Amino acid sequence: MSDHTEPSGHSEHIVPVSTYLLVFLALMVGTALTTWIAYIDLGRWNTVVALTIAVTKMVLVVLFFMHVKYATGLTRVVILAGFFWLGIMITLSCSDELTRGWEIVPQGWNMILPVVFRLF
Amino acid sequence: MAELATHGAHPPGFAHQFEDIEQQRDAGRLGMWVFLVTEILFFGGMFTSYTIYRALHLAAFIQGSHQLEVKFGATNTAVLIFSSLTMALAIRAAQTGRKKGQIIFWLLLTMLLGALFVGLKLRFEWYRDYVDGIIPGVHWFYNGPQAPGVKMFMCFYFFMTGLHAIHMVVGLGILTVLVIMTARNRFSAEYYSPLEISGLYWHFVDIVWIFLFPLLYLIGGRY
Amino acid sequence: MSTAIAEIHETPAESGVNYLNVTYGIKSWLLTLDHKRIGLLYLGSITLMFFVGGMAAVLMRLHLVEPQGALFEPETYNKMFSTHGIIMVFFFLVPSIPATLGNFLIPLMIGARDVAFPKLNLMSWYLYITGAAFALFATLSGGVDTGWTFYPPYSSTYSQTHVVVVALGVFIAGFSSILTGLNFIVTIHKMRAPGMTWFRLPLFIWAMYATSLIFVLGTPVIAITLFLLGMERILHVGIFDPAVGGDPLLFQHLFWFYSHPAVYIMILPGMGVISELITAFSRKKIFGYAFVAFSSLSIAIISFIVWGHHMFVTGQSVYAGLVFSVLSFLVAIPSAVKVFNWTATLYKGSISYEAPMLYALGFIGLFTIGGLTGLFLAALATDVHLNGTYFIVAHFHYVMVGGAVMAYMGGLHFWWPKITGRLYPDLWARIAAAIIFIGFNLTFFPQFMLGYMGMPRRYAIYPAEFQVLNVMSSAGASILGVGYIIPLIYFMWSMRYGPPAGPNPWGAKGLEWTTQSPPLTENFETIPIVTEDAYNYASEAAHG
Repeated sequence: MSDHTEPSGHSEHIVPVSTYLLVFLALMVGTALTTWIAYIDLGRWNTVVALTIAVTKMVLVVLFFMHVKYATGLTRVVILAGFFWLGIMITLSCSDELTRGWEIVPQGWNMILPVVFRLF
Repeated sequence: MAELATHGAHPPGFAHQFEDIEQQRDAGRLGMWVFLVTEILFFGGMFTSYTIYRALHLAAFIQGSHQLEVKFGATNTAVLIFSSLTMALAIRAAQTGRKKGQIIFWLLLTMLLGALFVGLKLRFEWYRDYVDGIIPGVHWFYNGPQAPGVKMFMCFYFFMTGLHAIHMVVGLGILTVLVIMTARNRFSAEYYSPLEISGLYWHFVDIVWIFLFPLLYLIGGRY
Repeated sequence: MSTAIAEIHETPAESGVNYLNVTYGIKSWLLTLDHKRIGLLYLGSITLMFFVGGMAAVLMRLHLVEPQGALFEPETYNKMFSTHGIIMVFFFLVPSIPATLGNFLIPLMIGARDVAFPKLNLMSWYLYITGAAFALFATLSGGVDTGWTFYPPYSSTYSQTHVVVVALGVFIAGFSSILTGLNFIVTIHKMRAPGMTWFRLPLFIWAMYATSLIFVLGTPVIAITLFLLGMERILHVGIFDPAVGGDPLLFQHLFWFYSHPAVYIMILPGMGVISELITAFSRKKIFGYAFVAFSSLSIAIISFIVWGHHMFVTGQSVYAGLVFSVLSFLVAIPSAVKVFNWTATLYKGSISYEAPMLYALGFIGLFTIGGLTGLFLAALATDVHLNGTYFIVAHFHYVMVGGAVMAYMGGLHFWWPKITGRLYPDLWARIAAAIIFIGFNLTFFPQFMLGYMGMPRRYAIYPAEFQVLNVMSSAGASILGVGYIIPLIYFMWSMRYGPPAGPNPWGAKGLEWTTQSPPLTENFETIPIVTEDAYNYASEAAHG
């Protein structure tokens, strides 16, 4: 419904400068951290840690710089849909690319875990 | 007609297909978010390809990643994060009704940082890659280990960072327009939608880089 | 132009002003921001592309009357089927209903003055014709011979044709789709009239919303895919080349991630039209409104997880084949739900057989056949036998031509009086509908048989024992061609000589029928306030 009688509540909320500065600092720390950890051998976990830090940084930018913390449910659904669809593309493509040459298809949970391990 | 009574009350920048300025603002915001979703899928096609090839050719991708210098990637990450801060501050200045000089200051600072990003890339990364002969299809004479896989990696490096850089340059164009609009007094605490939605675009471009940096520069570790 | 709100004081019937005559001159059309005029700009350009693609089809069918080929060298035949596919898919079917009927009707149906972003809407049209210009230019310079699917390594390395130019044309036209989808999503979310809740919307709007989701989520991927293909072709780097670690199947995954949902872009708007036609011409509200609405969304969502069924025999892993086969069976369910609901709507309705209804009834039958044959192809085991044969060609033509094009024709016939303010001769319209139905079935039913017996698709020659069925198919194609030309004639005739249509010649429900025909530029003098459900055909049908 176009209920423009109530404010959308998005731009009305003004984020304090201190919040922006804190987020900025957190992002810088994250960048330094991910760079530093790259020089330490964690084996398969290097990728996991790097991606975790990247996702955290992204969430901070989305919530605070892009004001999604104060935004409507529709905005959040739109954003989640975008990532979910990207996930579909990667997951189902990998379900083929990483299982070539499997002559016997495993049953049950064994269907999923080996593909995940192949990724990392 | 009901419209006649309220017609004169609409703020500048109002577009008449809408009923009121709130509807216009909501529509503009939703429109930009939907556009950013299309960008997620657009870059996503390359992220998907990258993910698959990295899983299949990890050793070659590690080798390829070592052709890049972490210090430039990290510096550029910091530059972009800083530019997101300045962009957010520019919008906040408009939101809180500051004088246009302040808004323009933050916008120009954002542009400077964006230009710095592109400049650093061109001068210290891509130019050097050209000299070293590791630009596939353009100037390639790498003969180290894993050459085919390294070439594949460098393809993705250039496509992904190139596409990202194009988005940055478009962003710089948008910021230029915003500076001009601000200078012409088009914005106020009531109406600053173009700033806000351009901010969303700018932050998105920053987020893409937040992922490109670890995925391209820090693969498999540097130990 | 939108500021005409305040200026029009007399009733429209007296002044005779409408969106068509409010301003004149080519600039007023090429720089218009009125969604209705933009819809007509699309109508003209899409019709042109339809006939170009149709020419290619006619030439192909003429060639195939003889087993050794009657007209072309194999290389030229390859260019024919490629051109036919590329133009029909990207420049006709994908934009057809959304860009013409969608643009024209969505604001009217939801009670808005225009779409959310009229300038983006105009830019969409310019992007479309730019892309079409590239594609046409490439076609006239010799075309491509890769098939509309552009599979590497042939398209990236070995083909000597204008792959990059055509890919660029498709890439540009893709952005046209993306912006249209974006515009529709925002319009439907934010600009509905007071009282127009989601569940009072016409089902055409639900269908267009679902289609717009696919536009927005899928099209960017084909854009990046064609970009990668272009890069490989221009720079000679082996993105999809196995010799350097690439995988041709990666292209197929990325390509079909869009192109499978794309076929639902083609059919969903058609289904939306059919919901409108069935209700109007049974004078009865739709059976199971919520089911039809949610099935549109389900089709859009599930369409994204089934693409691997195009790759069962190209080298995909058995594991993935299994996954995609099971998921592909799922997508049939919401389509079937719709067919059941339309049929139930017809039951005890007060049915009349004007031309739009003939198209709608034809759709239901032909789409059902096309959809059911899709299940033969979703089953991995039978697909191994049928893939690459004329069975597939028949399947997709049943859904795309027997389905989507029939729906498009039905929609054009239904809303033509609203768009132009003129009536066309219904007798000729019914004759044309019958000719199209007969011609279509004669063309494509034999192809199911040919495919099942093993005749491969995309081949310029075929074994002699298949000639009879091929000749039948070609005969059908000529009848079908005649069938499509007849409406062109009477529609153009009607624009000058057709009797004026009133606001609601069909007596149908829907906000678009409450306005004058043709509508004002700003659609409504005052924005309506909606108090009733969709398809509120009173008690007529209750008494049978």
